Amino acid sequence: MNNGRYGDFGGQYIPETLMNEIHKLEEAYEHYSKDPDFIAELDKLNREYANRPSLLYYAEKMTKDLGGAKIYFKREDLNHTGSHKINNVLGQCLLAKKMGKTRIIAETGAGQHGVAAATAAALMDLECEIFMGKEDTVRQALNVYRMELLGAKVHPVTTGTMTLKDAVNEAMRDWSSRVDDTLYVLGSVMGPHPFPMMVRDFQSVISREAREQILEMEGKLPTAVMACVGGGSNAMGMFYNFINDKDVRLIGCEAAGRGVHTGETAATIATGSVGVFHGMKSLFCQNEYGQIAPVYSISAGLDYPGIGPEHAYLHSIGRAEYVPVTDDEAVGAFEYIARTEGIICAVESAHAVAHLMKIAPEMKKDDIIICCLSGRGDKDVAAIARYRGIDLHE
Amino acid sequence: MNRIENAFKNKKAFIAFLTAGDPTFDSSFENIMSAVKAGADLIEIGIPFSDPIAEGVVIQGADLRALKSGMTTDRAFELAKMVRKETEIPLVFMTYLNPVFKYGYDRFFAKCKEIGIDGLICPDMPFEEKDEADAFAKKHGISIISMIAPTSEERIKSIAESAEGFLYIVSSMGVTGVRSEIKTDLASIMESVKKYAKVPAAIGFGVSTTEQADKMARLSDGVIVGSAIVRIIEKFGEKSAPEIYKFVKSMTDAVHSI
Repeated sequence: MNNGRYGDFGGQYIPETLMNEIHKLEEAYEHYSKDPDFIAELDKLNREYANRPSLLYYAEKMTKDLGGAKIYFKREDLNHTGSHKINNVLGQCLLAKKMGKTRIIAETGAGQHGVAAATAAALMDLECEIFMGKEDTVRQALNVYRMELLGAKVHPVTTGTMTLKDAVNEAMRDWSSRVDDTLYVLGSVMGPHPFPMMVRDFQSVISREAREQILEMEGKLPTAVMACVGGGSNAMGMFYNFINDKDVRLIGCEAAGRGVHTGETAATIATGSVGVFHGMKSLFCQNEYGQIAPVYSISAGLDYPGIGPEHAYLHSIGRAEYVPVTDDEAVGAFEYIARTEGIICAVESAHAVAHLMKIAPEMKKDDIIICCLSGRGDKDVAAIARYRGIDLHE
Repeated sequence: MNRIENAFKNKKAFIAFLTAGDPTFDSSFENIMSAVKAGADLIEIGIPFSDPIAEGVVIQGADLRALKSGMTTDRAFELAKMVRKETEIPLVFMTYLNPVFKYGYDRFFAKCKEIGIDGLICPDMPFEEKDEADAFAKKHGISIISMIAPTSEERIKSIAESAEGFLYIVSSMGVTGVRSEIKTDLASIMESVKKYAKVPAAIGFGVSTTEQADKMARLSDGVIVGSAIVRIIEKFGEKSAPEIYKFVKSMTDAVHSI
């Protein structure tokens, strides 16, 4: 990596107030990512606290039902806190401790990163404040209470569209007022360098395990690996150790909301253009004057107008494919995998499952697909019921 | 002598920030002209951005009002052109990098030159990332104004040495907004700035009273005031011009009497 650039994408487009702190973080990460004690400590946390390695599960019923490629799920939904987000927060919070920080802040959309951050903060005795769009605190009220149970303070963000991008804005504003004791634990492979690299490294455990597991179970590499993409952290984690395996297709599934032509979408690769925002040069949903566009998806975790710079790069060189998946398709897949495999996955992950259901039948029986189930879907049950017009009263 | 140098000549400068299109195109023109008539030495015209991460709630509000009133980069150029017709005061744009990037660096700075804009301030374009825009700014003779923060420390040297136009000294941690007290050790920051800079340095962020303006101007070459002006517009809307005149007059009197 050179100076946080992936081709032309990436960089460090942040206010001067944060520059020295971001350089300190770069140095600290550079040091500790090679420190055997740090690596051993993180490995222990992953095994004994987060429940790693996560299972690589052969979905026999779906394979038979869809009648094409052999389907495997990488079960990040079985991690402690219920999603892949724990992989990143354990790494960043451990780093925060090593840097002598006593407080972390984080943004959250669906609440999965917020819950994970609050969890790691509780474990490591760090003060924790979470920024969450007010709209999302309503959509995901249970997760707000969960974070509070874990000892975090949740700030509902009332600026802009009151969703994930506004939560990031507010976290950046808070960080620029208080760098001495605070690390901003960013939740995805986005933001200024070193975040895209650091978060990718912590998430790459997904593909490191999956690659070993599939070789052991099948004796060969998969035909394709796939994952949902908002900012893109579970996808980067799922792709990373397969990037050099040129024959393995990498497929990212974006949230198309009501459809890429409706204006109510969050599919950045399908509808965005190059821009500079949230500390990085990447692709963003924006208008002709560079104003960031409001985005929409049924999934609060994919409801973000940008995408991590390494994804923008993998897209630009044609190494990874990105496809839009609508709310309707995702909800259909959410229900299908529940009925067929007995797995209630996150509505985010259901975007990847939906595309899997399209491509698996067209593939040969000796093809293998690994799809990342980034999280579990308990948090989404009420929203899915609402989508189907069912009013749940307790 | 260029216009920016002129603003600091033989006096401390008072720099006023106003957002283009806040709350309407016409009233923002009147407000800018009031600040000019009240004796401001340089005007920062904000091109509104949807997600201004370095701004506090007051200027965020201005951005929202302006975008709602239909302000765009092209309309901001029209507004600046009208101001330029009336006065030779130095004008700099203040916006975020994305609107400039999206407009196209070459096209943006060419337009600045054509209209008579003297500089650009982008809070999310730090020293390390300014080269790509700077090449085009230089081509068209527009100054990119660099910022120095309380956390800049050893970065002051490289930023100050290559600074153009003037240096924007950020008085406090955090975002823009009115502050009752400014705690940063600005005297020692100014000392190292002066060691390396060939251009004047003005202090901004948090300044709202004549007492603060006096204090900041004595430490530096000028004072930048944004949120305190925008707060007037927040209160008086399209009828802000006389109030802005009164406020800017009191501030320029304080700064110019040093």
